[in-house]
Amino acid sequence: MAFFSIQDIAVKGIATAVPSNIVSNWDYDLLTESEKKLLVKTTGVEQRRMALPGMTTSDLCFEAGEKLLKDLDWKKEEIDILIFVSQSADYYLPATSIILQDRLGLPKSCMAFDIGLGCSGYVYGLSVIAGMLKATGLKKGLLMVGDISTVTCSKKDKSTYPLFGDAGTVTALEFEENAQPIQFDLSSDGSGKDAIIIPHGGIRNLASPESFVKEQIAPGIVRSKMELALNGLDVFNFSIKEVPSSLKEFLERTETTPHSYDYFVMHQANKLMNETIRKKMGFPPEKVPYSISKYGNTSSASIPLTIVSELSRKLENSEKKLLLAGFGVGLSWGAVSLNLKNVVCPEILEL
Amino acid sequence: MTNIEGFISTLETEFDELDPGTLRPETKFTDLDEWSSMHSLIIIALIDTEYGVTITGEDLMSISNVEGLYNIVKSRQTH
Repeated sequence: MAFFSIQDIAVKGIATAVPSNIVSNWDYDLLTESEKKLLVKTTGVEQRRMALPGMTTSDLCFEAGEKLLKDLDWKKEEIDILIFVSQSADYYLPATSIILQDRLGLPKSCMAFDIGLGCSGYVYGLSVIAGMLKATGLKKGLLMVGDISTVTCSKKDKSTYPLFGDAGTVTALEFEENAQPIQFDLSSDGSGKDAIIIPHGGIRNLASPESFVKEQIAPGIVRSKMELALNGLDVFNFSIKEVPSSLKEFLERTETTPHSYDYFVMHQANKLMNETIRKKMGFPPEKVPYSISKYGNTSSASIPLTIVSELSRKLENSEKKLLLAGFGVGLSWGAVSLNLKNVVCPEILEL
Repeated sequence: MTNIEGFISTLETEFDELDPGTLRPETKFTDLDEWSSMHSLIIIALIDTEYGVTITGEDLMSISNVEGLYNIVKSRQTH
């Protein structure tokens, strides 16, 4: 069990940028009026932000990063480490984090690398950057997390298209002696790799003309092998079974209960799924914020986006204890318990 | 576990676009006009929270009607 605790590292700020282009699921022609109502009721997604062609995840992370560094009054030459967590990189290679190092004007002494994770990516990313800062004595780091998922969803696939939105985030962390420990529990189950997958375009199935052929999978589901395939029922069952059982074990190990936390922020996957998890965990609704109705499922960005969108005022000049849970593609999931003290959360940027 | 009438009324409450009395033990879910894949998620969530039983996508494919679902839930609950 990958359960561990990291001392002396504090989160100092979280910022988010989203595309200004709003797409409403009430305008999705593939569904009848009653199907739209049912979709919104079940998934919780009313509208989403969709990047226009040419905009990348790193564009969103870059703007969020510039804003956060300014608001924190951090000097660029002080940044020792930059990690970019995403499944929508700018290029096949080089790594997007390295491009961001240059674009942000960070020094060449800054180490930069990518991590390829989705729904669990924020929790995993926090563990890697906090672990690096603690182990190395480096002082300041930026964790850039986000995805542009809408470009890889087929507009004619009602099982994916209405769900996803785009967002980029940045979280600033710093070595700070005696900061409250951050506790993690991370898991993976690759036997569920097919549940959420873009089958072609990697090395296993190189992109070929066949990869771009649109196939009818079922009524209302037409997509190519370069587009996202989602087995909603499998993901749903995994999430309402595995996630609460892991989280309950996490609460036992950390000797905490839902009362110990001010907020429980979940990856924004699907309202019905998340509400099922919330009820099983015994968290009251007021402790569990949602941004899914406004932004959809924003993959790796959903946890920091929800914190900024729903909690930023409540986090100002105070200390709050949060439980965060990311789960999905991989399959991969993880939980983290952390305190946010006087954290800087600029308003969401729209690009 | 409640009897099948209670089970049906729980289902009907959750499918709030269904008129009471629409579901009967022999009703096939896929024959309902309103049926969509979203209802599978609603059924899975409901049965998990109400009865503590896991229903998979394959279960839903294999059952023919409301009674079939009721029987699966009942058999798994007693184990």
